[in-house]
Amino acid sequence: MAKYPFIQFRAVLVSLCTLLSLCTAQQAYGAGELSGYVAFEANLFAHAPLYEAQKNHAVSLSFKPEYYHEWQSGDRSVTFTPFIRLDSADPERTHFDIRELFMLSVYERFELGIGLRKIFWGVTESQHLVDIINQTDAVEATDGEEKLGAPMFSMSVQLESTANDNLGTLDIYILPWFRERTFIGKRGRLRGALRVDSDQTSYEADAEERHIDLAMRWSRSIGDYDIGLSYFTGTGRTPTLTVGTDSNGETVFIPRYILIDQAGIAVQKVHEDWLLKLEAIARSGEGDTYGAWTGGFEYSMSAVMGTHVDVGILGEWSHDTRGNGAATPLEDDLMFGLRIAVNDIGGTEALFGIVQDIDTSARSIFLESSKRYGDHLRISLEANIFSEIPANDLLFGLRDDDFVKFEAAYWF
Amino acid sequence: MKKITLIALLFLFGAALFSTNETAEAEPITPEDKGLAIAIEANRRGNGFGDMSAEMLMTLKNRHNKESKRNLRIKTLEVPDDGDKSISIFDNPKDVKGTAFLTLSHKTGDDDQWLYLPALKRVKRISSSNKSGSFMGSEFAYEDLSSQEVEKYTYKYLRDEEYAGQDCFVNELDPVHPKSGYSRQIVWMDKKEYRTLKVEYYDKKNALLKTLTMSGYTLYIDKYWQPDEMNVINHTNGKSTRLEWKDYKFRSGLKDKDFTKNALKRVR
Repeated sequence: MAKYPFIQFRAVLVSLCTLLSLCTAQQAYGAGELSGYVAFEANLFAHAPLYEAQKNHAVSLSFKPEYYHEWQSGDRSVTFTPFIRLDSADPERTHFDIRELFMLSVYERFELGIGLRKIFWGVTESQHLVDIINQTDAVEATDGEEKLGAPMFSMSVQLESTANDNLGTLDIYILPWFRERTFIGKRGRLRGALRVDSDQTSYEADAEERHIDLAMRWSRSIGDYDIGLSYFTGTGRTPTLTVGTDSNGETVFIPRYILIDQAGIAVQKVHEDWLLKLEAIARSGEGDTYGAWTGGFEYSMSAVMGTHVDVGILGEWSHDTRGNGAATPLEDDLMFGLRIAVNDIGGTEALFGIVQDIDTSARSIFLESSKRYGDHLRISLEANIFSEIPANDLLFGLRDDDFVKFEAAYWF
Repeated sequence: MKKITLIALLFLFGAALFSTNETAEAEPITPEDKGLAIAIEANRRGNGFGDMSAEMLMTLKNRHNKESKRNLRIKTLEVPDDGDKSISIFDNPKDVKGTAFLTLSHKTGDDDQWLYLPALKRVKRISSSNKSGSFMGSEFAYEDLSSQEVEKYTYKYLRDEEYAGQDCFVNELDPVHPKSGYSRQIVWMDKKEYRTLKVEYYDKKNALLKTLTMSGYTLYIDKYWQPDEMNVINHTNGKSTRLEWKDYKFRSGLKDKDFTKNALKRVR
């Protein structure tokens, strides 16, 4: 990212100009709508940083406007969502991205999309194994939920039998440009002992980031079941990290992106108050073919004790056949969660959870909560505790990074 | 060919005669039969609308009269042999803008429901237990706003009564589904046009929980009566919710493709 400061600056400038001209057009023609948020964030850490260069705390500002314009009663539309963050501690976290800039055309039985988009696949809560289209924007969040926009041609076809029975939806994606994962820099918290040096990124594919990736997914709802089968072939989103040195002679991780094939399945069944969920993948390319899955349940109770409060209880097991060699902290872990939706005027919600490693003492405890004040302001509070992380755990470098994150977002 | 038509006609005529006879010989009509007949007639009058869309302003009011407003758009597609399909989209408050629900309701059994979370681009299945749950913090439960099908209740006609200056049937509805939050509902429906004017909801302990009143009925495309305003008061917590409807549109050509999980992701 820091490799092309000029390109980034230019992209920000171009985006702002585009946004401005779109807004002017909006005023002139009364078409399109602008929404989004601007947010202030404070990250406070309970312990002193482990690594010398790391800053203790951080504050940051982010801005995510979204412009949307439709015509032909919504069958044609353009969406543009740039994103920018300015961070006080970590220059790598100060970054700009175009989350979405795409045109969508909807026809009777299919949809065509072109541009940068975000596509989500998955049903479980602890992680989204099958979700592979977008690269993780890892400087944004530790849970991997934030994604970079992915350039693509996409087609979604509604499948029907000759008797007009719905046979599900087939989505096909052609992904002509690979996006590198973002990594927390030297000064940022929530990273391992070695920083990742993206300047030395290498690829298995000869065409490097220009390698064309392909993805497809068939999905269908049959009665109480939602089923998704997916396949991906191309450059994997998770890099392998090898130890090396940077231009200053410092020891760093060097990322390498490998060509992979991945087959995935996501199934969800509703049974009265229960949601039963399963995500599983088989991946080849990174050494031996391996499998990974997350499965579990969500039990919901509505209008608890005659109030408006809804409560959900979550339980999930994640397993990776690579065991401790897995590039995920969820190689054999249980997650228990409690979700509360107060259903008050402010839409107060909270999710409290524990992730416990089955084979070691490693545990992480998290809380995510938010409430709206008035019509425009949403306050979020997030906390994370890393407890008894052993030296061989991927989260070892984060053992002193217990944090509280406060965010105030103004939505417009 | 002619012969067959003739036989068929005779048969139909015979069947008609037979059924007329049957009605004539039937037991004196029970309150259950009359209640059901009222529901069937009300349902028949609402049939055939094809598709409908409208804008809704939802005002939540707490005990201290503090108000909070939400803007939604609702689209409904009639499904002849099953419950209706519908999509509800939030425009306001801004932090939930684009949040949308897709409901495929069924005459019997559980409705299928999905929620779209725009920030995550995620479509989430919702378990059917949410029937009695509050719809986005309002005093309306999901089951109050879902497609009202004849099969969802058993009926008992109670009495005739004047309400809001109109001659009404007063009918008792017992929800069939065990997950319903109600033991029964008492419905006031005007005799002339079969429009629901008032509903009392009784909780599982048979105590009066909520009262809904519907007013400002307007006739659309010469056939369908729709209220401009619905008010529900919760007698246990003192809160109320008002729904103001506008911009009703009928038969604007909505199709099945507008009520899929893909559509949920792209509706605005």
